[in-house]
Amino acid sequence: MSIDEDRGQDHSHGHSHEHGEMSELSDTQLRVRSLETVLAEKGYVDSAALDAIVEAYETRIGPQNGARVVARAWADPEFRRALLEDASTAVNTMGNVSPVGSHLIAVENTVERHNMVVCTLCSCYPWEVLGLPPTWYKSAPYRSRAVLEPRAVLSEFGVTLPDETEVRVWDSTAETRYIVIPERPEGTDGWSEEQLAELVTRNSMIGTGLAQRPDGKTEDS
Amino acid sequence: MSGADAAAEALDALPEIPRDDDGPVFREPWEAQAFAMTLRLYQQDLFTWPEWAATLTAEIKRAQAAGDPDRGDTYYHHWLNALERLVAEKGVADATTLDRYQSAWRHAADRTPHGEPIELEKRDFSD
Repeated sequence: MSIDEDRGQDHSHGHSHEHGEMSELSDTQLRVRSLETVLAEKGYVDSAALDAIVEAYETRIGPQNGARVVARAWADPEFRRALLEDASTAVNTMGNVSPVGSHLIAVENTVERHNMVVCTLCSCYPWEVLGLPPTWYKSAPYRSRAVLEPRAVLSEFGVTLPDETEVRVWDSTAETRYIVIPERPEGTDGWSEEQLAELVTRNSMIGTGLAQRPDGKTEDS
Repeated sequence: MSGADAAAEALDALPEIPRDDDGPVFREPWEAQAFAMTLRLYQQDLFTWPEWAATLTAEIKRAQAAGDPDRGDTYYHHWLNALERLVAEKGVADATTLDRYQSAWRHAADRTPHGEPIELEKRDFSD
């Protein structure tokens, strides 16, 4: 049997992106998706019920590095500079976090600019730092609307930005994954990195939320 | 039964599920998906937890016999093997069917530009 060139790509580990701009699923992901499809077609599971179970554990999946990366960036200007320059290298020098791949880019929110990320769930999603993407994040409407009307999408998440703040939407590609560094909340002077990390929500690192405030209020949904 | 109750039962029945004080932890997203599917099948009485535990234990023993060095970080690989096996044993989907769907999903991924949702279509099944 000959192998079609296009489909003969490396499906084993390593995840090179030599196949260009197409999506990629690992063998394990293929098995899980196949089971889910078959079980759904036979009426044993439905994806809404599965999503609900998975979402209940969403803070317990993967190393959840992102909050600590952001907290370090808030606390340590030197690290922040290094992170903005080369996020992968900066994260990998932290020592106490799991290594990340070489395509990570950090973008910082400021008064002048708010950053937001769109991508979908293939194996290039940086769940090592961001945790699991929420269900809405995987949906086609989010992706297209985030690009066309980011302010409307943000307001649905309870985030209203001043008119003068530019909203920049970053579309992940095979070569790039983004993490948003949200603005550090006021009233956190002198906080330790551990305390600061508690304020960094998943949505704030995607840009569909802001970091929690020290009084516990959040504009995350 | 709620998902939380089913999960609590699973934790009781399966002492080796990777966990911390607050419940199960997952190394990768697919592990949680495999866990969720198993919970749903249990909730629909496809199997009991003792039955699941026996199948999982058999898969772990088989992997260890084949030289699997560390049970901790490969736990959910054994879990996935057990799930495929039990689904086949219960007559829900045999290995051939699962293979066919895997090829189709691979085909779907290969034709889907990065950044777009990967969706399975009929044409993915025709080779």
